Amino acid sequence: MTERAPSPLLLIHPSRGLIDEKFSVIVQHLPPFIEITLHALIHSDDGDLWEAFGHYVSDATGLVNVDSNASLGGTYDGLEPMGLLWSMRPVPGSRLGLRLRKKEVNTPVVVTISVYRGHMGQGFNEQTALASVVAERWYMAPGVRRLDITEAGVTGTLFLPSGPGPFPALLDLWGGGGGLVEYRSALLASHGFASLALEYMTPRTSGDSTSHVGNEYFEAAFTLLKQHPQVCGDRIAIVGLSFGASVALGMAVYSTVIQPRCLVCVSCSHVQPVKGSLSDVFADISKYVHNINTRYDEENRVIWRDLLLPIPTDPTKKVDMGKLPCPVLLIVGEDDQNWPATESAEDMKQMMEKAGNSHLLTTLSYPGTGHLIEPPYSPHVRVSNFMMTQTRQKILVLWGGDTAPHSHAQEDSWKKTITFLEEHLYRTTSVTSQSQL
Amino acid sequence: MFPKELLSSTMAAISPLLSVKPTRGLVDEKIQIIVRNLPARFPVTLHSLYLSEDKDYWEAFGHYTSDNRGTVTVSEHASVGGTYEGTEPMGLLWSMQPVPGSRTGLRLRKMNVLTPMVVHISVFSGHVTEGFSKQSPLATVVIERWYLAPGVRRIDIKEDGITGTLFLPSGPGPFPGVLDLWGGGGGLVEYRSALLASHGFVSMALEYFSTEKNRASNLHIKYFEKAFRIVQEHPLVMKDNVALFGLSLGTSITLHMAAYSKAVSPRCCVCVSGSHVQPINSPFKDVSEKFQENGSKIRVDEDGCLIWKDIILPIPTDPGLKVDMGRIKCPVILIVGEDDQSWATVESAEDMTQMMRAAGNEHLLTTFRYPGAGHLIEPPYTPHVRASNFIVQPIRQKVTMLWGGYPKPHASAQEDSWEEILRFLQQHLYPSQDSVPKAKL
Repeated sequence: MTERAPSPLLLIHPSRGLIDEKFSVIVQHLPPFIEITLHALIHSDDGDLWEAFGHYVSDATGLVNVDSNASLGGTYDGLEPMGLLWSMRPVPGSRLGLRLRKKEVNTPVVVTISVYRGHMGQGFNEQTALASVVAERWYMAPGVRRLDITEAGVTGTLFLPSGPGPFPALLDLWGGGGGLVEYRSALLASHGFASLALEYMTPRTSGDSTSHVGNEYFEAAFTLLKQHPQVCGDRIAIVGLSFGASVALGMAVYSTVIQPRCLVCVSCSHVQPVKGSLSDVFADISKYVHNINTRYDEENRVIWRDLLLPIPTDPTKKVDMGKLPCPVLLIVGEDDQNWPATESAEDMKQMMEKAGNSHLLTTLSYPGTGHLIEPPYSPHVRVSNFMMTQTRQKILVLWGGDTAPHSHAQEDSWKKTITFLEEHLYRTTSVTSQSQL
Repeated sequence: MFPKELLSSTMAAISPLLSVKPTRGLVDEKIQIIVRNLPARFPVTLHSLYLSEDKDYWEAFGHYTSDNRGTVTVSEHASVGGTYEGTEPMGLLWSMQPVPGSRTGLRLRKMNVLTPMVVHISVFSGHVTEGFSKQSPLATVVIERWYLAPGVRRIDIKEDGITGTLFLPSGPGPFPGVLDLWGGGGGLVEYRSALLASHGFVSMALEYFSTEKNRASNLHIKYFEKAFRIVQEHPLVMKDNVALFGLSLGTSITLHMAAYSKAVSPRCCVCVSGSHVQPINSPFKDVSEKFQENGSKIRVDEDGCLIWKDIILPIPTDPGLKVDMGRIKCPVILIVGEDDQSWATVESAEDMTQMMRAAGNEHLLTTFRYPGAGHLIEPPYTPHVRASNFIVQPIRQKVTMLWGGYPKPHASAQEDSWEEILRFLQQHLYPSQDSVPKAKL
């Protein structure tokens, strides 16, 4: 009886990392110069399977190292150390329009990384891998605390970093999809910021059941943070994506209660009716959504970007950027099919240059990048299901972006977002700080 | 910990950004600690705190001064005082010691490998040497140190009279195997096997001196041969690629089997802090009693710690009193601490080398000697203790044993030897490229 060939040694480091940490994937003890496929598999919270794979050839010593070897094909190619994560997509036969989002942040994303012989493109579940290991990817660092918030009429989740505090804080606003999305706040807390993920798009059962929340709601959320004993009340920023970013701009300019230290606005527009409440803004946008002029692509997916175009010249239709009092980091995907982010960014820049406060503006613009610019290494989707909050109607929305450039944009913009927030929320500006010791 | 009124809601004048990576690592993985956003040339103390399974607090600390950019990078800057000095990236872990006021004779060992060691790393203002629990740090991060990688499976083994724990790497295998033998302290110690499995080896930790009162010890060679075969015959193990790994008395067992066993043939042997000196003409199971016969050679130091080193000295010339090293047919790696006070491992290593030279099989032997290292050479980054409480089996006598070694050289020895051991196991337990049948793949 002949001995089976030994399993090659597959090592992932770190085997338990944060979601935005790089990892190394090394395979040893392969025969030299053989073709292998590296494969990654995730079983999502929703019960779907996502996978990615890359084709490699071992070197003379029987080694494959994703940091130094290029993938020759698969769901990603080239020298892409993190390609096994960001190029993931639902396995063949999956439901349509999926998006990979972690709801439960107390547990890690569990990724199974395997080595298969040959250059395979499908049928991974029918083959026995040569080797297989498990890696954990966490949104929450050890010691980060998660607190449910239901006070002062505000609904959300607060994440506090480990340590004695007090900490600078973030109000974390997602987009028109609604619900309570925690993972970005969990990750930001792992970087040293107290972060409040706010639920605001869900129709409320108390009070006015048909309306969405008004400006007072955001002011209450901001005040809650400001007064929290573990938060430095004068070092609060707002991080917003899509509709959340529009809210952030509007509030920063017009609210007397909300005075953020800085803003991070991802995939946003300043175009919105400025008189009236957020409900008005949303009602306005809803009108557009059901507009007869809504564009659909060849596969009947909604392209919403035109609805706010052309950028109006009427000042009542957009936030007066000249009155923005704090630094803002704008993150723009040049292939954003959902909002006219590029056009808006250009108009915002012009407004600020004219008003003399353009020194507050930093814009990061990424080619080939779509609307959903999220923390790095989670998969990009060009299209996904979207639930219309008011009508509960399910449609397929085109977000845009091509996977490789979009993923690089996520990696680059996240790093710069953290640096920007550290710069404005952590750096001490007072020259007398030393004498206070 | 601190009343709300004392905690200002305005930012402290100094609010450093403390980052430790990875936040969840294996016990033998290095960590990177960087402190930013301090004032320039500012004195700080980096501190680590760990609450052990036995409920003792262990801590370490280093004194640093930030550079002109207000940064401390532990891998590049030197600690100028504390429990370690110099540029020591892992000093906050290996130099830990019980906090003042602790019980004496402690040793830090993780018995439950399914949970991590949770360590708090903090930055304090100034160069602090005591009273850490009474001050508020500037910042704290929490890290986890694991003996078990995700996906590694732990299986209780109780078959055929054998008591042990088997650890299987994730994946379809097959894998090389290891039989993992600790020393005379007894009990079932799992952490080294868990770590080996995290590196791709099926590893079984074996209990042979039970710490339970009503369980007998089992030093019959047949017991170890049976245990070895359990590993060999496991469906996920390559049966011709199984090693013996021993520390202290475990090394005595390892060498005995490698030289004399007709039932098992290890592919290679790892021998840490051990000796070939043992009575050959009487059954191995009587080895403890035989050593006790030399009890008069046990010395006691000024702190009342037992020094066992002289028990096997001088190294006997009588071949009936030591393993015939010329009979060994597989590669052997010897790990020796030159300050070992528990067993005469340096003298033994020299004698083993001479025996193998005379027999013509010296090419099988690789020896690593570490100055300033003691007896307990374990996987890296856990604290060294020069002496600790020990229960002599099988008579269950409580003593304080002097192991030897000094923190820094012992820590270096652990780090270096573990790397060498893993390399040795990989080299000898994976078939060479020439022998892998290419057609099969």
